[in-house]
Amino acid sequence: MRSFYGVDLPNGFMLGTAQYPSPAILADAFKRSGAGVATVSLRRESGQDRAGQDFWAMIRDLGVQVLPNTAGCHTVKEAVTTAHMAREVFGTKWIKLEVIGEEDTLQPDVFGLVEAARVLSEDGFQVFPYTTEDLVVADKLLHAGCEVLMPWGAPIGSGLGLNNLFGLRAMRAHFPNVPLVIDAGLGLPSQAAQAMELGFDAVLLNTAVAKAGDPAAMAEAFATAIRAGQLAYDADPMEPRDMAAPSTPVIGKAFLE
Amino acid sequence: MQLQLNGETVETEAATLDAFLAEQGYADAVVATAVNGSFVAGPARLGLALSAGDKIEVLAPMQGG
Repeated sequence: MRSFYGVDLPNGFMLGTAQYPSPAILADAFKRSGAGVATVSLRRESGQDRAGQDFWAMIRDLGVQVLPNTAGCHTVKEAVTTAHMAREVFGTKWIKLEVIGEEDTLQPDVFGLVEAARVLSEDGFQVFPYTTEDLVVADKLLHAGCEVLMPWGAPIGSGLGLNNLFGLRAMRAHFPNVPLVIDAGLGLPSQAAQAMELGFDAVLLNTAVAKAGDPAAMAEAFATAIRAGQLAYDADPMEPRDMAAPSTPVIGKAFLE
Repeated sequence: MQLQLNGETVETEAATLDAFLAEQGYADAVVATAVNGSFVAGPARLGLALSAGDKIEVLAPMQGG
């Protein structure tokens, strides 16, 4: 397992904290996932309700690394300012950098993403950029200072899985030494296993667990699939072929005609 | 004077950001602040003068994916 900015994780599972039916179910899902990273966000706080304070206390009790995001940001300025606010509140240099470029697909504005990544990296942030599988953009993100890349599997919250196997496989081959995380679009554990079988280092997901009928059980299912996919990749899978090849030896077969 | 707090108009007697936060119920809360779109770090809130019409954002940890 690769480390992420020098941090070793217990497994290849990064789990979001949004959309759970209750805080107790969220905590249970994390327990059964074994995830070492929780993604979090920042939103307006009411001086009367102070709802964020209780949430933050619960997340700290999970004892996992937090990965704040810049979800909902559409400009470099918004994302950079949000990142600074997140660094102060969460006390981490890690930032899941999102600069959204299109509303229907929530796909990243990769031009703004590269610029924001450069600004934040120069300011000491450790950036996890939510990007596409575009190799040129990936290269520019690395030159901007990123040491991790997080290509999407499919649009956020869609549950479609890995939409561009060719592109993701090419990305893995092109950047063999860069930690790669599939971020967004996974709906089923089998899709997470597929990502790990391709050699990705982790998957980051939220909706597929939080919106399951039993989020905690689904979290465990994903953890199991991630582990299986990683073991399979490490075990060096066979090459697929077009024609059949008998697995039972032909030599020594009885002649019974 | 009137300020914008998280998009809502509020009336305040506070002249500085730290006093404003205390007045609005954020004392000891884990929050990050921005004034007119620019981040203001915790230590910089002390004595930061506010002007009528300033737009203040107060953010706290929240669920995220």
